Amino acid sequence: MEEFSALFHGFAVALSWYNIGMMSVGIVLGIVIGVLPGLGGPNGVAILLPLTFTMSPTSAIIMLSCIYWGTLFAGAITSVLFNIPGETHSVATTFDGYPLAQQGRAGEALTASFTGSFIGAFVAVLLITFLAPLVAKFALEFGPPEFFAVYLLTFCSFVGTGKDPAKTIIAMMLGFGLAAIGMDTVSGELRMTFGWSELLRGIDFLIVVIGLFGVGEILISMEEGLAFEGKSAKINMKVVLETWKKLPKYWLTLIRSSAIGCWMGITPGGATAASFMGYGIAKRFSKDGDKFGTGMLEGVIAPETAAHASGTAALLPMIALGIPGSATAAVLLGGLMIWGLQPGPLLFVEQKDFVWGLIASMYLSNIAGLIIVLTTVPLFAAILRIPFSIIAPIIIVVCAIGAYSVHSAMLDIWFMVLFGIVGYVMKKLDYPLAPMVLSLVLGDRAEAAFRQTMMGSKGDLEIFWSNSLVGSITTLALVMLFWPLISAAWRRLRGGTKAARLAA
Amino acid sequence: MEQQHQRSQRGLTHAAADALTACVVFAVGVVMMIDNHRIGAGWAPDGPESGYFPFRIGVILCIASAVVMLRSLFGKERKREIFVPWDKFKLVLMVLLPTIVYVLAIEFIGIYVASALFIGAFMRVMDKYSWVKTLSISIGTGVVLFWLFEMQFLVPLPKGPLEALFGY
Amino acid sequence: MMKLTRKLFNRTSLLPFSLAALACVATLPNQAYAWEPTKPVEVIIPAGAGGASDQMARTIQGIVVKHQLMKQPMLIINKGGASGAEGIMDVKDSKGNPHKLMVAFSAIYTLPIAVNLPFNWRDLNPVAMIASDEFLLWVNSDTPYKTAKEYLDAAKKANGAFKMGGTGSKREDHIITVALDKIAGAKFTYIPYKSGGEAATQLVGKHIDSNVNNPSENIAQWRAGQVRALCVFSEQRMVYKDKITKDQSWADIPTCKESGVDVQYQMLRAFFLPGGTTADQAAYYAELLKKVTATPEWKDYVAKQALKEVYLTGADFVKFLEKDEAFHNKLMHEAGFAAKK
Repeated sequence: MEEFSALFHGFAVALSWYNIGMMSVGIVLGIVIGVLPGLGGPNGVAILLPLTFTMSPTSAIIMLSCIYWGTLFAGAITSVLFNIPGETHSVATTFDGYPLAQQGRAGEALTASFTGSFIGAFVAVLLITFLAPLVAKFALEFGPPEFFAVYLLTFCSFVGTGKDPAKTIIAMMLGFGLAAIGMDTVSGELRMTFGWSELLRGIDFLIVVIGLFGVGEILISMEEGLAFEGKSAKINMKVVLETWKKLPKYWLTLIRSSAIGCWMGITPGGATAASFMGYGIAKRFSKDGDKFGTGMLEGVIAPETAAHASGTAALLPMIALGIPGSATAAVLLGGLMIWGLQPGPLLFVEQKDFVWGLIASMYLSNIAGLIIVLTTVPLFAAILRIPFSIIAPIIIVVCAIGAYSVHSAMLDIWFMVLFGIVGYVMKKLDYPLAPMVLSLVLGDRAEAAFRQTMMGSKGDLEIFWSNSLVGSITTLALVMLFWPLISAAWRRLRGGTKAARLAA
Repeated sequence: MEQQHQRSQRGLTHAAADALTACVVFAVGVVMMIDNHRIGAGWAPDGPESGYFPFRIGVILCIASAVVMLRSLFGKERKREIFVPWDKFKLVLMVLLPTIVYVLAIEFIGIYVASALFIGAFMRVMDKYSWVKTLSISIGTGVVLFWLFEMQFLVPLPKGPLEALFGY
Repeated sequence: MMKLTRKLFNRTSLLPFSLAALACVATLPNQAYAWEPTKPVEVIIPAGAGGASDQMARTIQGIVVKHQLMKQPMLIINKGGASGAEGIMDVKDSKGNPHKLMVAFSAIYTLPIAVNLPFNWRDLNPVAMIASDEFLLWVNSDTPYKTAKEYLDAAKKANGAFKMGGTGSKREDHIITVALDKIAGAKFTYIPYKSGGEAATQLVGKHIDSNVNNPSENIAQWRAGQVRALCVFSEQRMVYKDKITKDQSWADIPTCKESGVDVQYQMLRAFFLPGGTTADQAAYYAELLKKVTATPEWKDYVAKQALKEVYLTGADFVKFLEKDEAFHNKLMHEAGFAAKK
């Protein structure tokens, strides 16, 4: 096969000591950037881009894409340890990762998340290696109706009725409302800014999340007795091996999440949407689905695998078509041009060394990344042993820096405090936070896609069933939404005592 | 939100807190409806106008919050226990108030000095660490953050008079 | 590993300082500035990472570092919220801060009109204009249209069924579309996307019939033969004669005027300081940018992005801004994009 020889040639390019050194540097930097909330992959890559002008393009992109891998891996660390998502795509990881850490199983949660990430990325790289040209065409099939259908599917696969439907609806609608603040990209009009120029940019997802989860959690732990529980986290490497023994039984979740991630990465749905969809679908189809949110390993693996598969697959459209699948990919794309390479459909033809060197480096750097992050597991788990009176103010400081650096705006730190209080009250009153976060992250994108569609179709809703692709996604979304009813009906049809119990 | 906290000192029940929150949500819904009605909330020939979705979100918020409110006031299963007992709420305030002071301080003395003071104050007041330990950890954190953000990542954060002395 | 990291950091943070000192002696022997930056200079980009403004600023940053043109480091900060209003307001609010530069494009005229943003470019201190960006009319290469005339006639016949994609709403792409509607009598359905890149992809995927992207936004697809350039919205053809596709160079693309559709639009790429800064400070940056535009790296960049090289500063620049503003004012009001007061 042609791909094989090209790939081996790529390995030869990537496997120099210099490049391996660059890989390690990139991954370590990525981990540092990923752990600090507010500093994300795009920042890291953008900041280091000027350094790479003197390197060869292949070494440069290897280092930069390794920063990207590093941030993807590391986003989970603060999610698990402190309930603070370091990156937007690791929000879903907090749902089960943090409860695990509270039970003293932080090491397990981290190992599972890193391993899941690795597997997701590996599947995506395989996809890039063998199917890039084919799959790249698939990305072009996506117009506004298809995008809306994908967002709808993410939404429907994640949202359940919850304990209290009224409160779930309130949380969700508040999220949509927050997402709508600022300039409406479709009409160019301002919404709900009340003449306040600081509100023009809207309220960033990360600020809300840092407030709700990070600050809110500290307030809750204060009330519950001054400490993060789970100080007893094991801190040796044995935990890695023990966790690995448990992972094979989640093979189905791993495959499912990898597939979701690859798909969402190629169609720029993004890692964040992928992680929510991965979590939602795992919850719906797992036999322990109702225990999700209380600290299930599966609930950590599902979103992380999907997020990492998506982050990796996002590079495919970039390489093959010159379309950035994510913000980081967009900055990398800018880098390509500065190095004198023209991204786009011809890159595969004109710059074989570069492309295959990059693909080969994805294999190597993911393996290197996994090894590096796994060795840090005991280190990070040990952070939980630091006394509360030291770690709590440091967390608040880091949250404040994170909130500020999103837009370099002081007001955002105040918003963070405000959402901390909101998070505290919502948690005390049993309002679910997850639907709010999901609608906040997908709300404006889904709305924009919907309205772009309507402009094209002149207000005709049938466009969502106008071709087989969009039709099947929309239908799938509706099936997901009504899945509890459908599965109950199915079981009742088949009869049996189990059905009676479920229906009750 | 602030109001609730003050009330809770006098023993706010869980149900009352629920009702109050629902009131706030209701108000948010009304504001959304008014502001989005202003910019147009209809369905134009080329699809929904910019206020279309937010307006309806406001409506749904109002309805859902009314349900929560009614249930918390008249529902059979409403919780009558105290929302937050005062002694526990004192602990929450012990974090919340210094945090607010901290954020205020950032505006004047920059994030690095404010952070060092905040961490130091926390360590001294809460666990009574020795001065040596307190100073080394609090100032150390400030310096590390400065080195990381200003010098390495070149991400400018709020700075005050002290940083200006060093030419930043 | 950490050692390597540290090495890298050291190289980045210390080397420019020591080398810059040396380089100053070497490259600028007799130059004495009335003013020089004493702190890192923040460059505010009122657009997202990866877009055209962002790429330009990062290229300039790279050139400044490589040629040691400035003693202080240059930081690129993206503030692209609300179509750039976030960045523009930030710079407006930084009165008297000479360590903040803004990269400007036509949003400085259109935003105040479209959303009543309390801003005017006179609130800032104009430094220099370094280029202007062209706009072209593109269609998918599977379509039969070879000239702008053919395409616009077909669009006219379709009576609203043709979709034009572009970046954002009530901005440059939208303005051009409305101008085309008027002159050619076509009724395009304008679909706003988040970026020019998205509009390019959507054109290749045939979700829209045409777009009016900048050269840099469509060049990849053009080279791959997926899209076809019909005409350029400018007075004269572009000057770059190197073949980009198999048989075409930028200079081979006719102007829209030649094809009988007299629509012209170009977008400035310029730099501003916040208001309340001195003429000396503006002169320093104008000089710096002049040096940047003289480097081979910049020539290379301009040629690749098919930017039109224009260097304007001082009174000439202000004169240009006044004229350009009046032009945009007219276009925006004619198109009905002005916000209700």
